[in-house]
Amino acid sequence: MTVEAGARRAREGVVRTWLPPAGASLAWVVLYLANGPTWHWVLFHAAGLSPDSRLGETIRFFAFDMTKILLLLTGIVFVVTVLRSFLSIERTRQLLGGRREGLANVAAAALGVATPFCSCSAVPAFIGFVSAGVPLGVTLSFLIASPLVNEVALVLLYGMFGWRIALLYAAAGLLIAVAAGFVLGRLQLERWVEPFVFETRVGAAETGTLLRWRDRIEIGRDEVAKTVRKILPYLAIGIGVGALIHGWVPESFFARYAGPDNPFAVPFAVLLGVPLYSNAAGVLPLVEALYAKGLGTGTLLAFMMAVVGLSLPETILLRRVLKPRLIATFITVVAVGILTVGYLFNAVL
Amino acid sequence: MTTHIRVLGPGCVKCQKLFENAKEAVERLGIDAEVVKVEDVNELVVRGVFETPALVVNDRVLLAGRVPTVSTLRQLLAPRVGT
Repeated sequence: MTVEAGARRAREGVVRTWLPPAGASLAWVVLYLANGPTWHWVLFHAAGLSPDSRLGETIRFFAFDMTKILLLLTGIVFVVTVLRSFLSIERTRQLLGGRREGLANVAAAALGVATPFCSCSAVPAFIGFVSAGVPLGVTLSFLIASPLVNEVALVLLYGMFGWRIALLYAAAGLLIAVAAGFVLGRLQLERWVEPFVFETRVGAAETGTLLRWRDRIEIGRDEVAKTVRKILPYLAIGIGVGALIHGWVPESFFARYAGPDNPFAVPFAVLLGVPLYSNAAGVLPLVEALYAKGLGTGTLLAFMMAVVGLSLPETILLRRVLKPRLIATFITVVAVGILTVGYLFNAVL
Repeated sequence: MTTHIRVLGPGCVKCQKLFENAKEAVERLGIDAEVVKVEDVNELVVRGVFETPALVVNDRVLLAGRVPTVSTLRQLLAPRVGT
């Protein structure tokens, strides 16, 4: 009897764990497929707007894009967060400890993408890595890749520019993280790390709580809610302005001032991007409009990278463990990497 | 016996949230516990924790790198406190 009751409770547990995500997945697929036809019907049949009118097209652009990007964000952020919950900074630190530079930079950049990480963990992660014998350059590869190649940036790029540009961005971001970390490692910058980092004795980790599937799903759900809440207003304004610009500003205007032939377009995009941390969602729709009007692909990628990759808050936090000289070198090397990518893609594509 | 709960984190939004949730969970459980917020990064590192924020209960790291809801925290804390 008790065995039966136990088995029943276990079954109920499984149902309670998996029913909500299964239902949500189904709803997601239905909404994604219905997005285009539904808005078309609502705007052009129910509301009686003309598909050829500027107003009709602007509203359709806004409603369709907004729905599509929100759905993509929700789905991808959830899946990525749940997958990431299987990896931890502690595990990454063990994987990278004592490795030689070179291949380890590649591993660090890849793990930087896969490990759950927020900029407020940058300082303890840095100390943990260095104290585990991870070379400085390898540690920096991790710290560069982690914010640069993130799922929110990739979803926004995919939703607005297609998978080709999103893939280019991911590849270029990984390349920058590997190359910049390797270069920084060669520069012998260890003396510009605050000395206490090397003296810190790191305790043995003994996190007492194991994650169940239900916890991982809860973590994923919370992350989705947090991300959507954070970027929703920017996204709405950004897509709104993007929708307005879509048909109105003449193409030659941007092509002349920000086209791929203008040598100053890339550095200008990078300078503009650095202070715009976390507002990528709001800026991107504007960039989409610029792109449609002739902004270079390289300029666009460089801008996006500067926005998400070089953030002032993280730099300020890192000041606790790095001396200003190293921070300046770090920013310079990463910025040179971004500029190179920008010019390269403008020239090639 | 008073339970000592420490929320470790250098003062990001998540750390503040965990601190508030922990206080609320303690209040709802009606237990004798003291909740302290620690912003010193060294304590994190010395305990071998690299993800912020972390929750330490009676000198043991209970969780790191996530912010559970108040009800999850209640479930986690309930078996570990003296009432």
